[in-house]
This record gives sequence, C-alpha cells and structure tokens, in this order.
Amino acid sequence: MAATATGVYHRSYTSELALRHTRAERARLVLVAVALLALPWLITPYWLTIANQIGIAVVGAIGLNILVGYTGQISLGQGGFLAVGAYTSALLHLRAGLPVPLSIGAAVITTAAVGAFFGIPALRLKGLYLAIATLASQEIILFAVRNWDAVTGGVDAISLPRLEIGGFVFRKDFHWYWVILIFAVLAVVTARNLFRTGLGRQFMAVRDHDIAAATMGIDVTRAKVFAFAVSSGYVGLAGALTAHYTGIVTWERFTLDVSVLYLAIVIVGGLGTIAGTVYGAVFMFVLPALITRIGQELSASFPDIVQRFPAVQIVIFGLVIVLFLIFEPRGLDRIWQRTKDYIRYWPFRY
Amino acid sequence: MSTFIQLSVYGLSNGAILALAALGFVLIFKATSVINFAQGEFLLIGAYTFYAAVLVFGFHWSLAVLVGVLVAIALGVLVERFVLRPMIGEEAVAVIMVTIGLASMLRGGVQFFFGTSPKETPRFLPGESVSVAGVTIPYDRIAAIAIAALVLTAFTLFFTRSRHGIAMRAVADDQQAALTMGISVRRVFAMAWALAALTAVIGGILLANLTGVSQGIAGFGLVVFPVVILGGLDSVPGTIVGGVIIGLLTQYVSGYVGGGLEQVIPYVVLVLILMLRPYGLFGQVRIERV
Repeated sequence: MAATATGVYHRSYTSELALRHTRAERARLVLVAVALLALPWLITPYWLTIANQIGIAVVGAIGLNILVGYTGQISLGQGGFLAVGAYTSALLHLRAGLPVPLSIGAAVITTAAVGAFFGIPALRLKGLYLAIATLASQEIILFAVRNWDAVTGGVDAISLPRLEIGGFVFRKDFHWYWVILIFAVLAVVTARNLFRTGLGRQFMAVRDHDIAAATMGIDVTRAKVFAFAVSSGYVGLAGALTAHYTGIVTWERFTLDVSVLYLAIVIVGGLGTIAGTVYGAVFMFVLPALITRIGQELSASFPDIVQRFPAVQIVIFGLVIVLFLIFEPRGLDRIWQRTKDYIRYWPFRY
Repeated sequence: MSTFIQLSVYGLSNGAILALAALGFVLIFKATSVINFAQGEFLLIGAYTFYAAVLVFGFHWSLAVLVGVLVAIALGVLVERFVLRPMIGEEAVAVIMVTIGLASMLRGGVQFFFGTSPKETPRFLPGESVSVAGVTIPYDRIAAIAIAALVLTAFTLFFTRSRHGIAMRAVADDQQAALTMGISVRRVFAMAWALAALTAVIGGILLANLTGVSQGIAGFGLVVFPVVILGGLDSVPGTIVGGVIIGLLTQYVSGYVGGGLEQVIPYVVLVLILMLRPYGLFGQVRIERV
C-alpha cells in the first residue's frame, strides 16, 4: 500500500495515479463545477469582467508555473511572451484574414517557438542569471513590438473587431465568460495530466536535481527547451485571449509589471501546484478589486484618499508577496491542504 | 567631434551613476548571494528624500545629504533584518520575488507621499556650463563624475584597507571560514545592505540633480543588470568598467543611431555577454557542466 496523502492509501497503481482519490474530492469537484456554471447569473457585470480576467490569468499563470514551479527555470519574460501571443493572433486575424480560432492556434504555436528560442540561454544559465536573461528578453521583445512599425503598428494600439463565430457575435462579458471558462478548464486539465506523463516527470526531475536527472538518462537540454515551449504555448494562448477579449492590443499591457504580476500569482498560489495557480489568480485579482471597492466607499467621507489609492494598491501588492514568501512560501495551496488535514483529523493534531 | 565630446561627457556621468548603483548591487550579491531587484527603488528613495529635505523642509543641501545618508542606512538595515533574513536558505526564485515585492512597496510608498507628477529639481551642483572647443559642457555633469569617482575610490579603499571591508570580503569568500575567524556574518549582511542603500541614495541624489525628480528614476535600476553582468556579478572594479561602458554606449547609440535603439542596446549587450562569457569581464569563473 502506498500513501499519496496522509490517511489516503492505495492498492493499485491505477488508483494511485488517479487525479482524485477520495469521495470528498469528487464531491468538491462537482460543487466547483456547479458554482462555475451558476456564477455569471449570480454576480454583477463588474465582477464578471474580473472573473474573465481571472480566467485568462489562470491560463497564463499555469504556463508560468510549468516553467518556474515544475521545471525550476525562473522567467521574468512573461509579459514579452504574452505580447507575442496577443500580436500574432491579432495581426493574423486582421491582416491575413485568418478566422479567430485558427489565429489563436497559430499564436499558441508561434509563442511556443519564440519561448523555446528565448529558452536557449537556460541551457547554460541557472537561477539568478536566467532571471536576468529572461528580463532582457522581455525588454527586447517589447522593443521589437514598439519599433517594428510595418508589422505591429508601432506604439499605436491595434483595435480588433468583436469575435464572431458562425454568425454569433461575442459582444458581452457574459458570452466571453463561457469561452474563457472552456480554455481555463482545458488549461487546468491538460497541465494536471502533463505531470502524469514522462515529459512532465522529466521537468520535475530537472527541477529537483539536474545532475541526478542527467545521470538517470534524461536529456536535460531537451527537457528545458520543451519546458520553455510548453509554458510559452499556454502564455501565448492567454495573450491571444486577452487580445480578442479586450479588442485592443497595445504594448503597454505587456510590460515588466505584468511579468511580476504573473510571478506573484504563481508564488501566492504555490509553486508547482496547478490548483494553487488557480487560487493565486483569484486572490491576486479579487484583492485589488476589493481594495478599489473600499476606496470608493471611503471616497464619500474622505475625498482626498481617492487619489492616493493607486499608491496603496501598489504597496499592498508588494506587501502580499513579501508576507507570503516569509510566512507561507508554499502559498495558498499549502494553507488549503493544512486546513483540510486539520478538519480531517480533528480533534487530533495529526 | 563636438557631438562626440558632448555625448562622452553625458555618457560618462550617466555611467558613473550607474556604477554607483551597480556597486550597491554587487555588494549585496557578493556578501549575501541575493539579487536585489529593488536597487532602482533605492535610487528613487534617495532622490525623493533629498527633494523632501531641501524643498519641503527647507534644509541646506549639505544637511539634506546627511539626512539621505541616515535614511539609506536605516532602510538597508531594516530591509535586511525583516525581509531578507527570514529568506535565508530559500530558493532563488523566492529570494528574487521578495526583492520585487519590496520594490513594489517602496515605489508605492513614494507615490503615496509624493504623487506621480515630476517634482522641481533640488539643485546643489552648479547650474552653469562651460564652453570647451565649441562644446557646451554643463558643470553639474562634471561634478557628478567627480563625486561618483570619489565615492567609488572611497569604497575601493574601504574594501582593501579597512577591517570591516576585509571582513566583508572574507564573508563573501567563505561564510563558514569567516565565522570561525570570529567575524559576525549577521553584522556583515546588515552592513552590506546598508552600504548598498547608501551608494544607491548617493546615486539618486546625483540623478535628482541631473535629470529631475520623478518616478522614472526607478528605471535606472533595470539598466543596472546589463552593467553588473558585463562587469561580472561579483566584481567591484567590474561595476566601474561596466557602468562606464554601458553609459557611453547608450549615449553614442542615441546620438549616432537614434530611433529608440538606445533603450534596448544594454539588454542586447547583456544577452550577448550571457551567451559568450556569463561570468562577465571581471567576475569569478565558475565552471559547471550539465
């Protein structure tokens, strides 16, 4: 018998490999599914836009977590890869007249290729050096976007027509919710399953110890390039979705701040967990939205507080990252696991 | 020719300030193996502290510099004690992220108190300029080069001559060996952060005078990366050479090529160096093959 979590035992490999082990887990999955399906009828339009942003961020952050959390390669170039995805899809749709589903697919492939290319420094560089190299790739990609006027239109924003498939126009956030939900669920499921395959296991072996991985016959070079490609593919998808969802593509959406936001999602959620990435995305979008709400409530009684609120947002953003890293480096996912264990064993400590 | 001299003076003065910021960065990396993404925000704090002391509280500029120095030391020590010390032994990505979070807090704090609009420049360097061979050279640029050179020399002497400087180098070399020799590694860590903040604050004050006080100063923090990679992450002379090369290069490119290429050329240099010689011009060569 092997245990995957305390108190959960298995008698066969198939049951050990299963994604859900207990009845409670299956019940929670059903609950979450019902909640996601009912959500757009329950919340206001303002929160629906937040929900859509969260969905897109889940896709992109899962990509980043594959790279940072599962393969151990630090990337600060997330914003650049989002830009590649967004511009590829937007330009292929506008200039080449490709239908949107195809242009999104092309964006995924292109971003994966670009990601693999910028991953080449990772073959020689590790840790801190890699972080700096990816930072440079971000700056170089954004420079190309700003200055390659003939293709990207330079610093001017590109505006896209509303998404239309088979005569149906995706006008409202309500329509987009379903599109984004499908992609977010797909991203979660594929990523969960990736780490049950040989390739996913290779990624984790490289993260845990690259020399040991190499002696076990893993081609570290290949694994790293694949990790960059797979991760960037997800990021490209997130970029393309942003482009078509907002209808406006501009380089200002893809600065270093975005790279930092995505890293923050991954850290706050928990490095190397897919569920954690989702919690992180929800947390990092709902928190600022709540703060903005509080600011609006306060603005009536304290008028001068409103103009300082953006600054407060920035401080709290930094504070959340620092506090999580100091007090719970394994993120929200770990907090959730602990809570579950606490309830399961109550009234015993362990 | 006159353009060349002009660009050289601007490049040298920018490079000198970059070297100051990079020196703080290298200090932290050498002593504590932490990459500090908040270096640009340290510059920002320096510039705004100086601005506040001179123009808001009406101090004389010499007193304002002293205030800046004290703020820097306090900031460095507090950051080390409360943010970085709990992170000892964590993964690289966590340590990088904690300094990014710190950068966000500092930037937000500055924005909270001073807003986003650019501020009036607190001048203490002479504002006139001199004409040499048909080229106008502002005095404040020359003064900035001189001050930066002075500070850099002082730090080089500190590392080679003083007990504390030698203790810092010992810790950078081998923490356990340093501990057995009776050096307090904790104190050295705190000192590294305090000194790094100090160099950045001096750089920030100079920048405030040359380019004005605005949030854009934090952007200098990113150009520090090309400088330290070029010079070598753990090399003090490397920061000076790297700073000057990057400073001159950006000025020449902006003067002779233009088109915004000067914004990206430091990063192109950075990638090339990482590909060809990852330990930089003067860095310690560590070979690892996997």
